[in-house]
Amino acid sequence: MSEEAEGKVYAYTPGLKVTKSIKIRKDRILPLAGTVLVKEGDRVTFDTIVAQAFIPGEPEILNAAPKLNVLKPRLNEYMLKQVGDKIVEGEIIGQNIYFFGLMKKFLYAPFDGTLETISKYSGRVIVRGAPIPIDVKAYVPGTIVEVISNQGVIIETTASFIQGIFGIGGESFGEIHMITETENEPITEDMITSEHAGMVLVGGSIVTAEAMKKANEVGVVGIVTGGISSKDLTEFLGYEIGVAITGEEAINITVIATESFGEMPMAKHTFDMLKELEGQMASINGSTQIRAGVVRPEIMVPHLEEVEAVLSDENLDAGMTSGTRVRAIRAPYFGKLGKVFSLPKGLQQLETESKARVMEIEFDDGVIAIVPRANVELIVE
Amino acid sequence: MDDKVSSESNNVWVADAAAVSKLRVAPEKMQYILATDVGSTTTKARFFHKKDGVWRFLQAGESPTTVEAPYEDVTMGVRNAVAEVEELTGHSILTADGSGIMYPYDGNQGVDLYCTTSSAGGGLQMTVSGLMMNVTAMSANKAATGAGAIVMDIIALDDGRRDYQKIQRIRSMRPDMILAAGGTDGGAIDRIMETLELIKSSKPRPRLGEGFSLPLVYAGNSDAKDSVKEYMSDAFALEIVDNLRPSLEVEITEPARRAIHDLFMEHVMSHAPGYNNLMKWTDIDILPTPMGEGLAIQLIASNTGENTIGVGLGGATTNVYSIFDERFVRSVSANLGMSYSICNVLKEAGLDNILRWIPLDVDAKDIEDRLRNKMIRPTTIPQTLLELMIEQAVAREALRLGMEHHKSLATRLKGARGELKMTVFTSFSDDLAETYIDMLKIGVIAGTGGLLSHAPRRAQSLITLTDGFQPEGVTRLFQDSVFMMPHLGVLSTVYPEAAWQVFDKDCLIRLGTVIAPRGVSNSGTSVMSIELEMPNGETVTESVNMGELKRIPLSEEHTAKAIINPRGRFDVGMGEGKIFETEISGGVVGIVLDGRGRPLQLPESTEARNRALLDWWRALDLYPIDFDNPEVTEK
Repeated sequence: MSEEAEGKVYAYTPGLKVTKSIKIRKDRILPLAGTVLVKEGDRVTFDTIVAQAFIPGEPEILNAAPKLNVLKPRLNEYMLKQVGDKIVEGEIIGQNIYFFGLMKKFLYAPFDGTLETISKYSGRVIVRGAPIPIDVKAYVPGTIVEVISNQGVIIETTASFIQGIFGIGGESFGEIHMITETENEPITEDMITSEHAGMVLVGGSIVTAEAMKKANEVGVVGIVTGGISSKDLTEFLGYEIGVAITGEEAINITVIATESFGEMPMAKHTFDMLKELEGQMASINGSTQIRAGVVRPEIMVPHLEEVEAVLSDENLDAGMTSGTRVRAIRAPYFGKLGKVFSLPKGLQQLETESKARVMEIEFDDGVIAIVPRANVELIVE
Repeated sequence: MDDKVSSESNNVWVADAAAVSKLRVAPEKMQYILATDVGSTTTKARFFHKKDGVWRFLQAGESPTTVEAPYEDVTMGVRNAVAEVEELTGHSILTADGSGIMYPYDGNQGVDLYCTTSSAGGGLQMTVSGLMMNVTAMSANKAATGAGAIVMDIIALDDGRRDYQKIQRIRSMRPDMILAAGGTDGGAIDRIMETLELIKSSKPRPRLGEGFSLPLVYAGNSDAKDSVKEYMSDAFALEIVDNLRPSLEVEITEPARRAIHDLFMEHVMSHAPGYNNLMKWTDIDILPTPMGEGLAIQLIASNTGENTIGVGLGGATTNVYSIFDERFVRSVSANLGMSYSICNVLKEAGLDNILRWIPLDVDAKDIEDRLRNKMIRPTTIPQTLLELMIEQAVAREALRLGMEHHKSLATRLKGARGELKMTVFTSFSDDLAETYIDMLKIGVIAGTGGLLSHAPRRAQSLITLTDGFQPEGVTRLFQDSVFMMPHLGVLSTVYPEAAWQVFDKDCLIRLGTVIAPRGVSNSGTSVMSIELEMPNGETVTESVNMGELKRIPLSEEHTAKAIINPRGRFDVGMGEGKIFETEISGGVVGIVLDGRGRPLQLPESTEARNRALLDWWRALDLYPIDFDNPEVTEK
């Protein structure tokens, strides 16, 4: 078979990054303008608050005119507080005393805050609670290398870095603990005990719904496994995930699948690396977003070694050529690892009768097979 | 029912004179046209050329969209896609420094027109509000979706949520724009102001352009205009237009739609990365992709003269369009799609409804995991027949759900006094919810999107559309050859003749005609007989029993005179049991006689259903399998 003239083709699906030591720059940015609390050169740890902002407090709408028994357009005349005034919980902010002082109607402040609107149209008053702080924590220990005024910081660290394929639960950190002996074993309920509280448990091929529930109960902060079944995930969350935008689930645990849905042994390289890192603290985040700006779940184990490589998207987009390590990511070879054997030119007919650009892969078991290029991802090791 | 709906720009085949006047080259003098669609993942360039007086599709080029970091400039993706066209045709289009498009065609290089649609970054995302959910809020929803928006939430006084819940919801959303409607002209304004107070106090932030004012279109009670201006203009980029529901009996969405379009260009697109440059490249306004697609479907309806349903079955969304008795309605099922949103189809349809279309012994849990794996690796394609069958099964359900959603929007005006039979027992919205779309009167169904375009056998597209939409009577089915409906839609705004010529010659694939009598009866009883006068003069007669599906080959350039005789209570458009004499168009699949009943009857038991499905598949030679022994193994 003839090779592509240029000798190198690009993967349609970028591979997931699994690397032992890499320099990471992490943006820690506020969702709206605020104050940065650290300065360039500062060393930060997992839970250092690096920036803070305040979002406007929750508003509450008070149906004032009927409460005070006044006409809507005249409401303002009966208000003791005006727009912009501070209010204190329980304080009288409007009153109507009539019928020779015998009838009294009052409007009370529901909480500490500010009076925002007195509407002559609807006869309603809007009060707003105190501003709500939003804290951005460092999440990864490291050094502040850049302060973006009013927005946040960039933290630089050296870490082992593993990207997962799908996760749930947000940012967290804990000590890595291997819970299975090999990458082929499932994580089951009976393996988890209260001693695992605060830990990130790493296991083999799948985690059951019961195991996730138990882990959540005993205070495990994270589970990292090869696969996760759709059914178990639904059972654990209590609802079905429709689109792959996750990270905001109301759970105390972060669960990351490194390979796929369904039972799938964790890639040996990933499993062995995590085994070496056992006992160290890891930052983990299950947030996944497939559409519009792909976000994959991540496991980072910061350390002090100096490295040359820098994590960037370009590393993931490297071309493929004969010998490049790849993984099939769709049936019938789903999950199998191998290397590019050849890159035939033009389109080839598949079993479905569709025509697609393909590659020949020599799998690790020696079998050589044709796979659409769209169904392959690069293994970056 | 005789409700009045606005003239929803149904004469799109007439070019927009104002836009035409801004063109650098008069349409009749044009020779080369470039159109792009900046999609959420891929930017697709299509290149058209006038040859021997006829416009034809010349070449396609595609490249990943570059709206996200680290690129954050859509023109890079456009340049890459256009560069592919240049490479494949040898025709230079981009300026030497890559800063734009060369105008006009100088006999050697350049183009006479460049136009584009865009859905990058998730398209136009809006929140709409009204007073009553089924009256003004629903009209606002129609106006927004008609303008090409994805509606994130509908806020109404009677939406069942408490004020604080609505506030929390508005605060959590980051829309591109808000459309606020409410009240009929002459009505009280206090309830409208209540809704606006709710919106303002929530302090919604725009998705793009942090620090900029969020655009808000007010299209409610005209008597409240001054109050709205006084109260809202300090916090929003406010645009006040005519009331979209001046009275309960009248709905005029056009002014609101135009305002949405203008604000989309001025405020939303200008804050999206690179769009300021892209706007300079184009001669005409950038349209949201679904709007371009909608215009293309309207072009089909106007040229065939038939009530038409169109569908864009995408990876993330399913857009359904209908032109019924000249009324145009578009619906977006924002979370029904074939890749990113495939698990939402699973969630909404249920696994059993997907599995019912696969007549094979499969492991349900495995299918569920496969669908989730497609969701997380959305660019993969089916390599095995089983995988293809699974995707086409999901597509049937996505279409069914998308059509259900569409019908809920394509309804008669709710709240119209003439229609209300108010008694103490009927609420405002009761039984007025039924759609005006009568499938028996739909003459054309047209589909676009990757799954349909990439189906290895055209019969697969035809049966997917048929099972999903369940056409009744006599219906022609079309599909897009190469994805270019949005391109032709935007082109049609200034040069409809060119758009239709490309459509007719290179875009529309005529799949065939489905004849499906409305009604059901017992299995094996006669549904209809048909007599066809074929182009070679031969007469073909065929009869169809309940539960049967048959195919008669008739190529796309041919038609056949037909006498269709539905039995008993079956109806093909002339009434129950009444003969219909008509001309039937052929297609790459041919004529499909569908006796499976309408509504479509699938046998209850798995065994009987599998047998029936395989019989139908055999009639269409749907897959390269042995239909008597349909084992599909994955090696």
